[in-house]
Amino acid sequence: MKLSLKDRFLFNRLWCAGPVSIFLYLFSTVAFANVYEYELDNGLKILVKEDHRAPVVVSQIWYKVGSSYEHEGITGISHALEHMMFKGTEKHAPGEFSRIISENGGRENAFTGADYTAYFQTLESSRLPISMELEADRMRHLIVLEEEFIKEIEVVKEERRWRTEDKPQSYTYEVAMATAFQTGPYRHPIVGWMNDLDNMTVNDLRDWYQQWYAPNNATLVVSGDVNAEEVYQLAKKYFGPLPAGKPLKVTTRPEVIQHGIKRITVKRPAELPYLLMAYKVPVLKTALDNPEQVPEWQPYALEVLASILGGSGSARFASNLVRGKEVATSISAGYNFSARLDHLFTISGTPARGHNVSQLEAAVNEEIEALKTSLVSESELQRIKAQVVSSDVYERDSVFYQAMIIGMFETVGLSWKEADKYVASIQAITAEQVRSVARKYLQEDRLTVAVLDPQPLDSSPRQAAAGGFDHGR
Amino acid sequence: MAVRVSRIFLLLTAYLLSPYIQAAPVIQTWQSEKGANVYFVEAKELPIVDIQIIFDAGSSRNGKKAGLAGLTSSLLDEGAGGLTADQISQGFDNLGANYGASAGYDSASISLRSLSDPALLEPALENLARVLVKPDFPEDALARQKNRALIGIRSKQQSPGALARDAFFAEVFKGHPYAVPSSGTEESISAMARNDVISFHKNYYVTKNATIAIVGDLTKAQAMAMVEKLLKGLPAGEKPQSIPAVQVLEKAATIQIDYPSTQTHILLGQTGIKRGDADYFPLYVGNHVLGGGGMVSRLFVEIREKRGLSYSANSYFSPMRENGPFTASLQTRTDQTEEALSLLREHLKIFIDNGPTEAELEASKKNITGGFPLRLASNSKIIAYIGMIGFYGLPEDYLETFNANVNAVTVDQIKDAFKRRLSPDKFVTVMVGPGSDEQGPEKDKAVGNEQKSKAAGGSS
Repeated sequence: MKLSLKDRFLFNRLWCAGPVSIFLYLFSTVAFANVYEYELDNGLKILVKEDHRAPVVVSQIWYKVGSSYEHEGITGISHALEHMMFKGTEKHAPGEFSRIISENGGRENAFTGADYTAYFQTLESSRLPISMELEADRMRHLIVLEEEFIKEIEVVKEERRWRTEDKPQSYTYEVAMATAFQTGPYRHPIVGWMNDLDNMTVNDLRDWYQQWYAPNNATLVVSGDVNAEEVYQLAKKYFGPLPAGKPLKVTTRPEVIQHGIKRITVKRPAELPYLLMAYKVPVLKTALDNPEQVPEWQPYALEVLASILGGSGSARFASNLVRGKEVATSISAGYNFSARLDHLFTISGTPARGHNVSQLEAAVNEEIEALKTSLVSESELQRIKAQVVSSDVYERDSVFYQAMIIGMFETVGLSWKEADKYVASIQAITAEQVRSVARKYLQEDRLTVAVLDPQPLDSSPRQAAAGGFDHGR
Repeated sequence: MAVRVSRIFLLLTAYLLSPYIQAAPVIQTWQSEKGANVYFVEAKELPIVDIQIIFDAGSSRNGKKAGLAGLTSSLLDEGAGGLTADQISQGFDNLGANYGASAGYDSASISLRSLSDPALLEPALENLARVLVKPDFPEDALARQKNRALIGIRSKQQSPGALARDAFFAEVFKGHPYAVPSSGTEESISAMARNDVISFHKNYYVTKNATIAIVGDLTKAQAMAMVEKLLKGLPAGEKPQSIPAVQVLEKAATIQIDYPSTQTHILLGQTGIKRGDADYFPLYVGNHVLGGGGMVSRLFVEIREKRGLSYSANSYFSPMRENGPFTASLQTRTDQTEEALSLLREHLKIFIDNGPTEAELEASKKNITGGFPLRLASNSKIIAYIGMIGFYGLPEDYLETFNANVNAVTVDQIKDAFKRRLSPDKFVTVMVGPGSDEQGPEKDKAVGNEQKSKAAGGSS
């Protein structure tokens, strides 16, 4: 089993408009030294990263809205609205957006996460104005048609069935999130609960659109073979005339303090058991907001910790649990460093043949204990740092990725400048700091353990499949 | 779960590209001293070197030992030149280098990405050569990888999509090596011995059977020296004989697999085309209109946009060494299976009978040719292309002529090629989902020889 830095991230964090997967590889980050920053009078922020290797441009527009902005009863509305954003404006009929981009050789899609909704086009670089005109148009002039909504909400439900209901590990992840987070908004699935999708109305979407889609709640990120000043002038031309929306107030119900370990079992038709352990931890954004409580180095130490456990083929999980004890077939560690609110440090895996989930959990706990009692070796730490340095260069090979990091940082309320500090901040982390965050955060009172208990796949499926969910029709 | 899929295969099912304003990258080619074909693109902008060594050593070379190619590939870095798996992986990781190995139907490939600084690149290449040339195939690693492969096979049992795909390949390629999953079967993996792996490596991991692709911050002279050093210990060997041709299906078949999911997965299709096929461009461009053009293609519009029946609805030709599959697919809530399936059939038939309109063809050409620069916008994308060009022996001007070839396609050529190459009355239909008496699929029994099977549950 090859584990790479890239595998550490959870599989179902993003939901896309079209069935084209986006592979998101966090972190390390690209050097952002030459990012140009502008702001229009209506509040639209514009960030440009020039990269002249190929005559290609990536244009992304990021909105500060996602499932963590939702409340009970309307979960999934940000993602459903993302789908409806392709369904026409005063100027363009449903589907025309995609036809125009396609005829211009472009690729496009959109994705919704817990903390953001973003739309993107990749085009030959001279065609940037086409995407700007269309994105500016749908930022304020979307028409959410009832007859389009009725069809599209069914597509969203099919997406939910495909990605969650029929995938036992994803299903387990969803239940685990709703368990780990008791009151905070990360308990909502990005796609929404099926019952909320059943009850969603076209007016709900119209209101949500009016509330969040405005230049003062958006960031335009352009990277590729462009001139920053020209991008700014284009943005002024297309987005400048849009009126600002009302000032936005985000109210978030905070997560309550957890008292004691949470354990859940998820029974689904499946072949293999699965273990998911999730510890509540701070993230960079919350550390920067509360430096007295969470020193800025701690999120970086958690990044290093995740790499030491699950970062690569030589990391401890691969070396000790996949090889060594041979208790895991696959196992990874993940940390959502760039979330908007306190998030999770996760460990997930499948036991090897002849082992069960309890044995896997015990083996994971031994690794965690070792991190709390002994300092990681200097060579181990150097290895992690070498990988971060090289990844930072490798990621410059992708113009899309560069735009992605800038947009994500900006949208969760970190400045893109924070991304620039990443490599140096990781390099400054010491073995003592790694042990310190292991002791402080990898504790039972922060932990949720979810186990997928496989149910037979070959018994009569009728009840479970047809009647097991509230599909409403 | 790491189900191994060859990079090459993924590339084939991916979106294809062609030259626009941008000139295609300059590909330099040569043959190594011991007969490996090398494809090199110099890219100085970033201090990175990518290298990929591709052998004709995919699962179509397994013979009766299904899963052998994948097992061999997965064992290369599990002990080599006397070093342990830990030492090898630390060797790459200490340098910040990324190693990868994979095997698909046609090929097995080994890849390395390193910074170009010689102090990092040189030792990374030494480690790579060790893995490539001197794998030890330790018994304990073999046992572990066999177990991992068995878990991988079981993991497919909990994925209706994977079950559908395996069933589709088994029927479409019946009697051909492509019919057997590259992951192998529980029986074949369990029976695998160390000697099987050793002789597979000895026969196929040889320089005359190798294609090497390199992109990055190197001169040609440096790349040449690098190749010779890398291949030094590898025998020249022989190029293996061609794999058998894929036989055209003689009759339709419908396969239903009972599965406790909320959706039914539908795959429809038959044998398609090979890499370098004379019909490639008419079929590729035509299929872009039909189901390969993303959110504007006919299947997407008819099935998703107009009716909300599925999240994805598409069709693809996946060219392989021999004729790969043509596949149309969707997933829908089970009680809508009949409606979705008949729509899919209807639109495939309409397209095969009538081809695209002139306007549709024009729109697809604009998308394909206008998007050409996107295909080559990174070193990763360039190496995937030159690896494919090299491995399948496509013309070296494949990229340069791509847009011209796309623009030359006519409506009549598309109609002609689709008619000759696809026969809707001989399609294989696979459905994986809950069985039901009132559902439509039962009515399709008349279409062909019906098979029914159960998803085999826990059988390890």
